Amino acid sequence: MGFLDYFRNARRKQKATGSAQQAKERLQIIVAREGGRRQTPDFIPSMKRELLEVVRKYVTVEQDQVNVKVEREGDYEVLELNITLPDEDERAT
Amino acid sequence: MAKIIVVTSGKGGVGKTTTAASFAVGLAQRGHKTVAVDFDVGLRNLDLIMGCERRVVYDFVNVINGEANLNQALIKDKRVENLYVLPASQTRDKEALTKEGVAKTLEELSKTFDFIVCDSPAGIEHGALMAMYYADEALIVTNPEVSSVRDSDRILGILASKSRRAEEVEEPVREHLIITRYAPERVSEGEMLGMDDIIEILGVPLLGVIPESQAVLNSSNAGTPVILTEDSDAGQAYTDLVARFLGDEREHRFLTAEKKGFMRRWFGG
Repeated sequence: MGFLDYFRNARRKQKATGSAQQAKERLQIIVAREGGRRQTPDFIPSMKRELLEVVRKYVTVEQDQVNVKVEREGDYEVLELNITLPDEDERAT
Repeated sequence: MAKIIVVTSGKGGVGKTTTAASFAVGLAQRGHKTVAVDFDVGLRNLDLIMGCERRVVYDFVNVINGEANLNQALIKDKRVENLYVLPASQTRDKEALTKEGVAKTLEELSKTFDFIVCDSPAGIEHGALMAMYYADEALIVTNPEVSSVRDSDRILGILASKSRRAEEVEEPVREHLIITRYAPERVSEGEMLGMDDIIEILGVPLLGVIPESQAVLNSSNAGTPVILTEDSDAGQAYTDLVARFLGDEREHRFLTAEKKGFMRRWFGG
């Protein structure tokens, strides 16, 4: 530890409010505003799986007859579950 | 089934192609059959960074249009086993990449490759969206600089809402942060955003930090991905990064400013 460190520390304190700090603060504000993506529910994939299991309990459907989509419009989030049910006569067999 | 990895950033000039090239080389060096696909139609550069620009005969768009098959378009790397490049077209426009065409090509590549590394163009236009759409994992390349960080945040939003995995409600695309052009001495001087700040702002786990290095320009001049320059800091950082991606434990290096000499320690500088 050099004796001149005393002066350098004084200088460093000044730097704590340097341009990097400014960059961080500015980014934190805009990223929080533009973001919102981290609020995206992560339970949806497992919910999709469980929904499929429930449907399969009652009707036999193939994977490709089920279509799940999440659409985002502004603040809304729409989960669309589209199931093509088999025909009446197919169901009888 | 191959794993599809997109290298993306939003902002241009942050090191996407450099990263895509070195990442693909690194995976191949570790014995995984890898193809690097250039999605930057109209402004292709991956071939140049990989040093195979003079061997391009057919390209991605030719394959999509059925004018050539994949085997005709794929360029086998001469330095590393298991490595191939699928170049972009230089003359067409971005719309030439149709969703169906890209899907079909990736599906075919999936049959024979372990990893498909998609080098995205800058921006959030069609080409960039196509590069991201089918991804399983994403490497987000960011410079410690405000506009780059903001653009990365934007890209993360798009990955979370517009990718195939998002639309089909599957497990989300796995995101990895790569910070490039990092200058530890400027960070310690408080002049550059530190890695912890960037990780905190973007909320994405860090895969690697590539130091600002002269080796990067030297390598691109020569058409040799920087990971092959084994004695360079950037090259070693990429080797570590690939190892981490494959599940190895590697400590992050090149993160602290070099020790100052006696004179500078005493009298500052």
